[in-house]
Amino acid sequence: MMSALQPSELDRPPLARSRSAADADFKSVSAVLRRADFGDRLRSLALAAPLLVLLALSFGIPIVLLLSRAVYDPTIANALPQTAQALSGWNGQGLPDDATFVALAADLRSSQAKGTAYELAKSLNARLPGARSQVLKTVRQLEGAGDKPPLEVMKSVPFWSQPGTWPSIANGTHSITSFYLMSALDLRWNNDGGIERVPPEQAIFLQVFMRTFFVAAAVTLATLILGFPLAYLIASVPKGLAAILIVAVLLPFWTSILVRTAAWTVLLQKFGLVNDLLLWLGVAEVRLDLMYSRIGLIIAMTHIQLPFTLLPIYSIMRTIQPSQMKAAYSLGAKPFTAFRRVYLPQVFPGVMAGCLLTFILCLGYYITPALIGGASDQLISNFIANYVNVELNWEMAAALSFILLVFTLALFGIFARILGLDRLKLV
Amino acid sequence: MKITKTRLLALAAATAWMAIGHAAVADELSIMASGGAWQDAQRKAWFEPFSKETGTKIVEQEYLGDLGKVKAMVDTGNVPIDLVTVETATVLQGCDAGILERLDYSKIAPREKFIAGSALDCGVGLDAYGDILAYDPTVLKEAPTSVLDLFDTKKFPGKRAMRKFPAQNLEWALMADGVAPADVYKVLGTPEGVDRAFKKLDTIKKDIVWWDAGAQPAQLLASQEVVMTTAWNGRIQNAIDTDKKPFKIVWNNQILEYDMIAIPKGAKSPDLAYKYLAYISQPENNAKLASYITYGPVRTDAASFVAADALPKLPNAPDHLAGAYLVADTEFWGDYGEDLVKRFNAWLAQ
Repeated sequence: MMSALQPSELDRPPLARSRSAADADFKSVSAVLRRADFGDRLRSLALAAPLLVLLALSFGIPIVLLLSRAVYDPTIANALPQTAQALSGWNGQGLPDDATFVALAADLRSSQAKGTAYELAKSLNARLPGARSQVLKTVRQLEGAGDKPPLEVMKSVPFWSQPGTWPSIANGTHSITSFYLMSALDLRWNNDGGIERVPPEQAIFLQVFMRTFFVAAAVTLATLILGFPLAYLIASVPKGLAAILIVAVLLPFWTSILVRTAAWTVLLQKFGLVNDLLLWLGVAEVRLDLMYSRIGLIIAMTHIQLPFTLLPIYSIMRTIQPSQMKAAYSLGAKPFTAFRRVYLPQVFPGVMAGCLLTFILCLGYYITPALIGGASDQLISNFIANYVNVELNWEMAAALSFILLVFTLALFGIFARILGLDRLKLV
Repeated sequence: MKITKTRLLALAAATAWMAIGHAAVADELSIMASGGAWQDAQRKAWFEPFSKETGTKIVEQEYLGDLGKVKAMVDTGNVPIDLVTVETATVLQGCDAGILERLDYSKIAPREKFIAGSALDCGVGLDAYGDILAYDPTVLKEAPTSVLDLFDTKKFPGKRAMRKFPAQNLEWALMADGVAPADVYKVLGTPEGVDRAFKKLDTIKKDIVWWDAGAQPAQLLASQEVVMTTAWNGRIQNAIDTDKKPFKIVWNNQILEYDMIAIPKGAKSPDLAYKYLAYISQPENNAKLASYITYGPVRTDAASFVAADALPKLPNAPDHLAGAYLVADTEFWGDYGEDLVKRFNAWLAQ
């Protein structure tokens, strides 16, 4: 947008002007530039607007809405308004007073009338295992109680007088809840209002998060070790051969991930091809358990992810002139020095881009761990899917997704900080 | 003028077509089932005869049994299905979450005519299947006599496959530890009982290969990765009858479960759905499925209608209920399922 500047202003001989006038000129020039720049940005933003709106509507809003379930669960608060009121004066020690029991009985009755008793039972059960049938049983008893006072009915069900029951209800009556996020980190509130770890036989998610990051890192490293030399080979052979190699890399890329995973189950099983080959070669003496194991999972995921790591590296390698290396040799560099000081710094952004792509994609793997991984190789996606599809506990699923997102963004942030985001080059 | 007339005619034709289309929609019943041999059997036993008898067109859909899909349909108010087949535990989840219709049994069949536990508030039973033990007698020289032989690694060394799920395994573990079938769910409802069950599973943990999909047990037996496996009886029977495998089924200490069908909230043709439910719940129709897959009827008065050659293969055939058996407690798993699945996964990872 240089046309906005008046050439005559710039052409004036500087000596003819005072210092302050020159300063003023400089300021006005940069202001003009800035304005022009701003207009430019606005225009490109306007061009991208349809895409941005589409992304916000179809991607941003649904994700925010789903993730908000991790902290917003009004089911119990809506179903138990009177109890919430009565509990506001409770100190959290022992059992609440009789009025609270009566309020709960009234709430249960009205939730039965409104048809929300089952939802309440399910929601409470997520916090307090076993509560589901107790709520439904109490609702039925209240219905059939006749003249019996509600307090008596409530006291006749031992569940309502147990020590763990009321703190859970009191926690549940807050619509904004930290329960699911805490559970996703294997934490919980104890009865004194402090945070504590859940007992070891219930602690699972931190372990699964660690496992997910470990598998993703291992697969990323494996694809780099395999992909880097291959990318170098493709970049350095004649065009025709390079095209054939590229097709060979891309061919599996065009096959459905499910098909590739299924193919690996055929290869890796106990009496499968890989084991046959290893025995025949004498590498292994007994048949190895490759299926349902961590190693089998990493092999299959490495195969699936290889193109994602390789292509960004290859696209950068292609741009590097072979003459540069020759120049380095001619200046006395040994091959390794030339590689380390001339070649590697130039391909580094491609390596980082490929590795980042693979690492982040690996964090969301679902079908391959489900089919090839063993019982202790399930990644966080498998647990999220279980809460979405089987338990119908979308709050827990949202909480796990949220934690995964935070961990991933944090890693991405550290990564960008150390290496500089501008150095990343995707294909 | 002529063009206008043609256009009018076309418009009229289009309107008529749409009217016909709408009439056709009214007589269309959309059923979502979980595919495979089981859906094929339902087609032959129920879909086609019902279609012929009533002139209803049945549109079939398939899914993996994941109720999350149905929840998404109901939540967004776009429910393109009228009936959905579900597992018993899933019926409870769906009922609580308010995505399945509470059924009016006066439109189906008298509730007391169903086997206990097979007529739920939101789902009506289709068939009964057994969680059984299967083995290959050409590999295992000594025949197991009970599902609980899973826990006897001295007498039956080698890998055994079990479903990667706490249900059934915890029940079997307690029974193998000496708990009477009648007390299993009472014991499992206490923290000590859960500890006891996991402790028993610990004794064979290193010998277990876990399976996820129903087709896996037969494959694991065939590839000799395991010497015995738990399985759904129909899958093993299918391998015996169709693939001519030499497998054998152990019925003693089996756990009986039911397949269910339900109406999602907001279904477009609930009346037609009820008509279908009433049709398949008649004892003679309920018994028909057994001719196509070895799952038994859920009506108490249907046994006499089961084809003679099918009866000996059913999980609830009199012979197979002669020994010990357990009926899966849906209410228990509704209460403790989520918690025990989590604990089970933590245990697996240890």
